[in-house]
Amino acid sequence: MAVLVLAEHDLGVLSAATARIVAAAETLGPVDLLVAGQDVSAVAAEAAKLAGVEKVLVADSAALANQSAEAVAALLARLAEPYTHIVAAAAATGRDAIPRLAARLDLMPVTDVVAIHGPTRFDRPIYAGNAIETVSSGQSKQLLTIRASAFRPAATGNNAPAHSVDADVAAVARFLAAHRTESDLPELSTAQVVVAGGVSFGSAEKFALVSDLAKVLGAAVGATRAAVDAGYAPNDWQVGQTGKIIAPDLYIAIGISGALQHLAGIQGAKKIIAINKDPEAPLMKIADIALVGDLFEVVPQLIAGLKR
Amino acid sequence: MKILVAVKRVVDHAVRVRVRSDGSGVETENVRMSMNPFDKHAVEAAVQLSEAGHATEIVVVSIGPKQSNDVILTALAMGAHRGILIEADGRVETLAVAKLLKAVVAEEQPDLVLLGKQAVDDDSNQVGQMLAGLLDWPQATFASEIKVTGDGLEVTREVDYGRATVGVSLPAIVTADLRLNTPRNAALPMVMKARSKPLAVRPAAEFGVDLTPRLKLEKVSPPAERMAGRRVADAAELTAAIQSELSELEAL
Ligand SMILES: Cc1cc2nc3c(=O)[nH]c(=O)nc-3n(C[C@H](O)[C@H](O)[C@H](O)COP(=O)(O)OP(=O)(O)OC[C@H]3O[C@@H](n4cnc5c(N)ncnc54)[C@H](O)[C@@H]3O)c2cc1C
Ligand SMILES: Nc1ncnc2c1ncn2[C@@H]1O[C@H](COP(=O)(O)O)[C@@H](O)[C@H]1O
Repeated sequence: MAVLVLAEHDLGVLSAATARIVAAAETLGPVDLLVAGQDVSAVAAEAAKLAGVEKVLVADSAALANQSAEAVAALLARLAEPYTHIVAAAAATGRDAIPRLAARLDLMPVTDVVAIHGPTRFDRPIYAGNAIETVSSGQSKQLLTIRASAFRPAATGNNAPAHSVDADVAAVARFLAAHRTESDLPELSTAQVVVAGGVSFGSAEKFALVSDLAKVLGAAVGATRAAVDAGYAPNDWQVGQTGKIIAPDLYIAIGISGALQHLAGIQGAKKIIAINKDPEAPLMKIADIALVGDLFEVVPQLIAGLKR
Repeated sequence: MKILVAVKRVVDHAVRVRVRSDGSGVETENVRMSMNPFDKHAVEAAVQLSEAGHATEIVVVSIGPKQSNDVILTALAMGAHRGILIEADGRVETLAVAKLLKAVVAEEQPDLVLLGKQAVDDDSNQVGQMLAGLLDWPQATFASEIKVTGDGLEVTREVDYGRATVGVSLPAIVTADLRLNTPRNAALPMVMKARSKPLAVRPAAEFGVDLTPRLKLEKVSPPAERMAGRRVADAAELTAAIQSELSELEAL
């Protein structure tokens, strides 16, 4: 058994998800961690510290600068041979590249793994998390994407050696522009506390109440699809079946009905607090703590109370 | 350009499925079925490209049981020109779906294949990327905007940090996210007209693709249930509750 894990990184920073993927992958065999990108030496240095990493493979080239699926899949295809498992986070890059690689290698991947029962047996959610399927594979190689929030992070303190690998691949798609959401709040996918708002805020200005509360709590901000569609929040704040899947210790949902596609994103939350004027809203029925009330009255009072 | 759109018939997104007590799957009998929501956005994108004069023909294809006819008719009513139903019963894995679609691409020679980003039954999020890999075409997944440029497309994608715009040359694969457009509801005359549009029904066996699943589906289980908790009376009580949660977290 030998596992190749694709590190996730952005703007020269290793993502917090990578430590969780490494910890999950380590149960499958010794882990080589691949850092693919351009000017990634700082990322590679961070990657080397993760416990469980045998060695860091560094693929540094302009073609990999934006980690396009075409380039990443071509690189992984070249490195694949000695590995029994090729693993990435179930996030934008992994979702994009792993199935492309799988088809090239004529393999069926298992995506969005939430539990590992052995080298070839995995759980994954289906139907927006309303069912969990257990699958096993008789294939020669396993290609996986793993839901980071379902696993604990690996420790640090390691000092794995780094090796550079041939990074000469074609990029195919031309990268034109990145539209980034600027925010000084914690990263949503791995935040310990998340405050999220729904479409009921009524405007982007009023949605700022969610960020105000989040700031007081040191929390990340989430939103429903309806709030994003309405333009109150950026798309990368969306939580749910088609947004980010999160597992914070505390999730505070304000004016969110709790449609099943939204609940799909918060099944891993340890505690849920809900504020809604409708006591019958689905989210109010599964919340650990619920307050029936008008958010425009409650939230300012919470902010004032918590600041004290 | 010629566009191929792949559409899947799935349990309607508003249905909360029940896991069968024997763990063999979810209950799909007497459950409302419809076109996978993401695929509606893919069809709408194709129709808009056609209305803007960029597309000459839109062919829709679905792989599944006979009843998948319905979703092809929905797409034809929205404005697609021609349908292909590849009949296959039972579980067809994403890799086999991608291989069947590759065979259709070889026959139809489209310039663009539009798919949904994911099917809301298996939540795989794989077929578009796999088809791109099999064809060695560029892929622009999770699209929230498509613009036609001189020699290809400019696609804005929804990614973890926000959005990213990429340029792809044709032929290419694009998968649709929900913010790409607002799918139309076909008016009754279009629904009537759809029935007279060509729809070829072909058995999957015709394509010479091995449909044997690679993964063994061992069991399907329900997720852990969440129980209702307690109610608090007002903001002051909730403030105290939040403070005590936070101090518990700090203690860890
Ligand atoms: C294929 C598909 C994928 C989807 N993916 C996602 C996804 O990833 N994430 C997601 O979130 N959704 C997703 N959706 C959409 C989902 O079905 C719901 O439409 C959405 O989650 C509803 O958002 P909401 O709770 O903000 O709005 P609503 O459902 O309209 O709920 C608003 C809530 O606010 C309450 N309210 C109103 N005013 C006040 C007030 N003054 N004070 C307190 N409470 C108030 C109401 O009682 C209500 O419960 C998806 C849908 C589809 C079809
Ligand atoms: N059986 C099918 N027939 C036609 N298209 C499909 C089928 N399965 C998947 N697709 C297409 O592939 C997309 C992604 O599906 P999936 O990878 O299964 O989540 C869907 O949105 C459809 O566009």
